[in-house]
Amino acid sequence: MSTLLGVHDLHVGFGRDPQDNEVVKGVSFELAAGKTLAIVGESGSGKSVTALSVNRLVDFGGGRITRGTITLQRADGTAVDITAADEPALQRIRGREIGMIFQEPMTSLNPVHTVGAQIEEAFRLNRGLGGAAATRAAREALERVRIPDAAQRLKYYPHQLSGGMRQRVMIAMVLASNPRLLIADEPTTALDVTVQAQIMALLAELREELDMAMIFITHDIGLVAGIADDIMVMQHGVAVEQGKLDAVLDNPQHDYTRHLLKAVPHFTSGRAVRSDGGSPAVAPIVTVDNLAVRFPVAKGLFRRRSGAVHAVDGVDFDLRPGETLAIVGESGSGKSTTARAILGLVKATRGRIEAKAGRSGRPVQMVFQDPYASLNPRLTVEALLAEPAIAAGQRVDAKLRQRMVFLLERVGLTKDALSRYPHQFSGGQRQRLCIARALMLNPDVVVLDEAVSALDVSVQARVLELLIDLQHEFGLAYLFISHDMAVVERIAHRVAVMYAGQIVEIGKAAAVLGAPQHSYTKRLIAAVPAIERRRQHFSVDVTQVPSLVRPSGFEPPAARWREAGEDHRVRVEEVA
Amino acid sequence: MNYITQRLLTFPLVLLGVSLLVFFAIRLVPGDAIIAMLGTEAGLLTDAQRESLAAYFGLDQPIIVQYGRWLAGLFEGNLGISVIYGKPVLEVILMRFPLTLELALLSMLIALVVGIPAGVFAATRADRPSDLAVRVFAMLGQSTPSFVVGLLLIYFLSVVFRALPAMGSFTPLFVDPIGNLSQMILPAITLGLSFAAAVTRISRSAMLDVLSDDYVRTARSKGASQRDVVWRHALPNALIPVVTLSGVEFGYLLGGAVIVEQIFALPGLGRLTLDAISQRDYPLVQGAVLFIAFNFLVVNLIVDLAYAALDPRIRLGGK
Repeated sequence: MSTLLGVHDLHVGFGRDPQDNEVVKGVSFELAAGKTLAIVGESGSGKSVTALSVNRLVDFGGGRITRGTITLQRADGTAVDITAADEPALQRIRGREIGMIFQEPMTSLNPVHTVGAQIEEAFRLNRGLGGAAATRAAREALERVRIPDAAQRLKYYPHQLSGGMRQRVMIAMVLASNPRLLIADEPTTALDVTVQAQIMALLAELREELDMAMIFITHDIGLVAGIADDIMVMQHGVAVEQGKLDAVLDNPQHDYTRHLLKAVPHFTSGRAVRSDGGSPAVAPIVTVDNLAVRFPVAKGLFRRRSGAVHAVDGVDFDLRPGETLAIVGESGSGKSTTARAILGLVKATRGRIEAKAGRSGRPVQMVFQDPYASLNPRLTVEALLAEPAIAAGQRVDAKLRQRMVFLLERVGLTKDALSRYPHQFSGGQRQRLCIARALMLNPDVVVLDEAVSALDVSVQARVLELLIDLQHEFGLAYLFISHDMAVVERIAHRVAVMYAGQIVEIGKAAAVLGAPQHSYTKRLIAAVPAIERRRQHFSVDVTQVPSLVRPSGFEPPAARWREAGEDHRVRVEEVA
Repeated sequence: MNYITQRLLTFPLVLLGVSLLVFFAIRLVPGDAIIAMLGTEAGLLTDAQRESLAAYFGLDQPIIVQYGRWLAGLFEGNLGISVIYGKPVLEVILMRFPLTLELALLSMLIALVVGIPAGVFAATRADRPSDLAVRVFAMLGQSTPSFVVGLLLIYFLSVVFRALPAMGSFTPLFVDPIGNLSQMILPAITLGLSFAAAVTRISRSAMLDVLSDDYVRTARSKGASQRDVVWRHALPNALIPVVTLSGVEFGYLLGGAVIVEQIFALPGLGRLTLDAISQRDYPLVQGAVLFIAFNFLVVNLIVDLAYAALDPRIRLGGK
């Protein structure tokens, strides 16, 4: 097996003085043709910068390679040192020899050009095709990534396609040149888990077909377990451990690797659910009964209502004091809309939401997904924490400050945080601030909408621990909205699975995650990557979520339920 | 198309609001139209003469009746008779408008042709000396008053090159293109310079934003050249703020450019409106303001259509 890429003692720095601001500090690895290397690490570990150095895109982000060599074996048999190549030479290498797909399918395609034009451009640049030949090639590329109606889709603009579709378009674009090396920078992180499984399956298939080598960057060890030959674990710009996949996973040598393997919640099909808390006998604190949220769709000159998006359609559940009910589902399933309806942030079209007034007048509080966007950058922590109290008509006095300090210490921050601003905290610390803010009014229920999704895995693990501690201490009930099954397994007592605006399965976490009954739950759970299932092969599945736009006056048929066990209900599927 | 119809339906409402404002605002200014018209000779009028003049111009009626009459006339396309010129207001305005329109178009052309490439150039060389130079020039261009630029241009042309800029009565473009352009080029440069400076600054900052976007990185990963990346991938995405700015500036220019018209002795809308105000030519002021407001509405509509043409997300709806 010949070496395709050899990276030796790579150093990359940023800013005016790159030598002093090194982000990658001496990384070396080799990649043989047709093999896959996974680079695993948390944000700031230098994994993306390493990958972007391989095709020198790092230059455009302000980075400079300060030391080391990157030797690429070109298709014509010559070797080139990429660190010394000039820009015109690099342009011939990019695309033709090295293709790349990125994390954000939403922003990685140019919004003003059709996807067809963007794929054709790749053929034009790398194969010299033009006109009808380029169009035909683009159509074939779309068919190769299993996009139905390829000829039609060529005329679509990126915003008209779903995230998974866009990522397929990205892959089609890369395939234009049959690159011998594909760099995939967290290509599925922004996607739903079933879509992720499809993209992974597609990449695995194409890799076989084209005998392409791959560098796969991810923070999720479970994800690469099924696809990589070698693995390199990075921390603070250094490769702390590298070797064969099985060797590293089964017998990690470095502390950080062991920490990562432990910190990352690995999905174990319901075997790791909590055994504490949750008392089914108590009366519920929140009752949701037949909740529906619909957004009108208007058309035409006079904005006549032509139908409605049935975002949430006939959802009922109870939330009992002290328990965590997780609502899982993919984007567009209505889980966040349900949460917002409970807080009154969107108006329910129909149904009843009852929250008992518990310890305070405002029993339900919320923590949002993005800790960067949900704290006003102009306010100090003190002002941020005072906000809910002021909104509830309280005065900012010594007693309130005492509570602030108490809660800050409780979430693992210190008293001097009070006078600081949000930008002075890390992502994990900000989310702790958001949690403290949610607890200011001593609520009974906290709605956590993807509250740990934006955090790095090891930070995520600590915030989850904190949430469980706080739940015990204050007897909180959590409504935990998440798409991440592994996280849900760690924190939920009960799980509700939402699909297309409806709950399809609800019950005890161990039962729903361990013995799923509904076909969607089964599909969802099968798509979750897991180290223990690393030999399993995914096949490409192109099932599409049904449209939620319904004509005016449409009412869904009444749900019929089947009891699958104690506290485990499954919606009966209509046989089509 | 529906969108355009909807927008057109709002036109009458906006114009009605503008007409109300201008009709009453101008009557708040102290002074008498008849005195303004006749100057010192007004003192010689007998009361009877004064009354009959007032009756002739309809000034003897209560304001609300005057407004009603004027509004009724509007619906027949009649903006009234200018007191200064003794001609229909619309005719007076339309006589001046081609010059103003041409001047505005020429200035915008100069601004876009100079400003966009300058902004793109500066953005692709961010924080290097050439970028700094462009930014200094742009600051200078925006902060130098137009009369200074205009006077400097005249000075250089007449003293240094010993040629005189063509001044005097307006030569329409279709009658004598060369004569017209030799008359218009200096004022267009004068106005276009500060316009170009604004365009430069906004296209530079928009391009800087766009150049760090993910899809630009994608284009580079495909092996696209710097030229392709800048002109094909980045620029179309950076044009929206440029269009916004150009629309606003162009709209202002359609209202006339008083100072530049004055310096270059051009009979444009700006001076017409100024004269009408200072001489209390109520019908002409009302007509001119209404006309300017109408132009703004049209320009805004064009700007919105340009957004849709530039960005498929606006054109086709969606996120």
